[in-house]
Amino acid sequence: MTSFLTPVGSAPAAGKTASPGRFAAATSILEDAVPAGAGVGFKPDHLSAILDDPGSVGFLEVHAENYMGDGGPPHRTLERVRLDFPLSLHGVCMSIGGPKPLDEDHLARFAALCERYEPGLISEHLAWSTHEDMFLNDLLPLPYAAETLDHVCDHVDRMQEVTGRRMLLENPATYVLFDNSTMSETDFLAAIVARTGCGLLLDINNVFVSATNHGYSARDYLKAFPLAHVGEIHLAGHTEQEDDEGALLLIDSHNRPVADPVWTLYDEVIARTGPIPTLVEWDSDLPDWPVLRAEAESANAILRRHAPSAPKVRHATPA
Amino acid sequence: MSKATKTVLSGAVLAGAVAAAVAGVNLAGVSDAHAANEKCYGVSLAGENDCAAGPGTTCQGTSTIDYQGNAWTFVPEGTCTAMELPGDRMGSLEALDRDLPA
Amino acid sequence: MPPLPDPAPIDTDAFSAGLLDPERAAPPHVTGPNGKGAVKRYNVYRNNVTVSLIDALADIFPAVLKLTGENFFRAMAREHVRAHPPRSPLLFRYGRDFADFIAAFEPARPLPYLADVARAERAWLTAYHAADAAPLDPAELAAIPADQIAGARFAAHPAFAVITSPFPVFRIFSMNRDLMDLAPVKMDQAEAILVTRPADIVTVSHLTPAGARFADALAQGLTLGEAAGLALETDPAFDLNGALTALLSAGAFAAVAASDDGGD
Repeated sequence: MTSFLTPVGSAPAAGKTASPGRFAAATSILEDAVPAGAGVGFKPDHLSAILDDPGSVGFLEVHAENYMGDGGPPHRTLERVRLDFPLSLHGVCMSIGGPKPLDEDHLARFAALCERYEPGLISEHLAWSTHEDMFLNDLLPLPYAAETLDHVCDHVDRMQEVTGRRMLLENPATYVLFDNSTMSETDFLAAIVARTGCGLLLDINNVFVSATNHGYSARDYLKAFPLAHVGEIHLAGHTEQEDDEGALLLIDSHNRPVADPVWTLYDEVIARTGPIPTLVEWDSDLPDWPVLRAEAESANAILRRHAPSAPKVRHATPA
Repeated sequence: MSKATKTVLSGAVLAGAVAAAVAGVNLAGVSDAHAANEKCYGVSLAGENDCAAGPGTTCQGTSTIDYQGNAWTFVPEGTCTAMELPGDRMGSLEALDRDLPA
Repeated sequence: MPPLPDPAPIDTDAFSAGLLDPERAAPPHVTGPNGKGAVKRYNVYRNNVTVSLIDALADIFPAVLKLTGENFFRAMAREHVRAHPPRSPLLFRYGRDFADFIAAFEPARPLPYLADVARAERAWLTAYHAADAAPLDPAELAAIPADQIAGARFAAHPAFAVITSPFPVFRIFSMNRDLMDLAPVKMDQAEAILVTRPADIVTVSHLTPAGARFADALAQGLTLGEAAGLALETDPAFDLNGALTALLSAGAFAAVAASDDGGD
């Protein structure tokens, strides 16, 4: 009855998952791979403008939750978008960083979206957002220690098991530290990768925001980051506030163009890794489409400069 | 269950009404007729999940205003003022003053 | 000597308790760099949670916002967010108890129709995300033999909802969602709203109180004969033909089945 995505492959999911079995690192050939170029966070307001003039935008990313309704116009919109673009499915409230087991209903909804829309990439955050049965609608921070590492690895394992796919985990932007953390964030992420086989979503704006907020060097952080396991990069804008002592406190607000120091860090990362799918996020105070498209063009210019045909490329390979 | 006054229509009356109703339906025209209503294909979603932090101000998250605690200072000041209220509700601001703690 | 490791390195109880309660101190173990204070830093999370949930209510209830004005709405929404935080991670499901909250909210008493407008707005978004189904083809109804028509039972379309009110809720809703020009209305005129989603466009239609009772009875699974009887009790001048045409045209139903029980 509903029109689905005939051009891209298999029948729509009606809730039954013909599971490929245990999680395997290889992605299904049915999925349109996300190219190692620039994409943008999809906003329905931009739909017709994107279809009219996508520029060099090579993929779109959506927040999975906004398409978890049973039916209706959101699915018509996503079906249309999916005809023209590879898709990245980005979850924002799985609460992977919390102590409680994941919400199985929510996992099932996420897996059903994977079946239906065949995204090339799936990702979630190193954060928590649900406490007991209360959804707090923010990406909340966690201390980095042995016990939280166990929780996060269990949750990543479970998400990969239910979706049957490798997921990417995103480094957070944080405003506080925990005095009971015993590991650095980069060691914590590397340990998750080693134990679960997941990949990482490197948000360079988050690196810059957290480094500024906590007084460490973003470059040092990126030197310690397991870049060989990065499957996607996020770029976004931030705003400025002050902390208790009047020092600069950056907020990961996604309502502005990407800041110059973040572009510089991005260029340095891509010089080391070679091209990686790169997403520009813009979630509030939305600009007209040409402004967002131009941000993606800027990312593509950097990606082209470090493309494999260029002489000085080094591919990051797993150790 | 049946009430004494229960209204019962004859099958013939119902069948006649259904036939006339069906003849009057224009499903094909539905989308045109309501095109001026609310289009919701490709418009921004209400109640959207996001992964961004909120706007810069902390005043709303940390305000302690509590209407139970006598600190409620807001009055409705939207389009209600364009509406005609029945009876003594005409003076909506007076009613509000009366309802609120001093 | 190094400090003992904390037995519970993530205390989500303490961290979350303060997010919706500004009177609470910042949670333990939370700090700025080099032990700097973290009150304003923790307040960033307080603000994110509270403001984003107020924003969600403002998105879902734009007519309520217009009727109250921005300041009143956000202050009222903040009270609601703290008393009734979301239970689902899907924000488009939030606000299902907002109408009841408004109905019991003292400062909103000057706007007695406000809760019903909120009910209509919540129904609008529920219809927007409801399951896909084709509206009933009127030919299926026409194909039912005349001697079985009284016993016909309908299945409501997944997007179907009826909101009844002692106030002119259809016009208040429509005027405050820019569907109708703003004009004075008499507050003692009862109206009901039919919410449907024909052709994937959420549609609000006006129902009389008798029409609402008819539509609601059919959606509850009563027979056509029973539903028509109830509507006629509400209003002896009830226009069965017109009401049925309106419901079918709006895509209120997904299916109809004949039965012999005649509704008695």
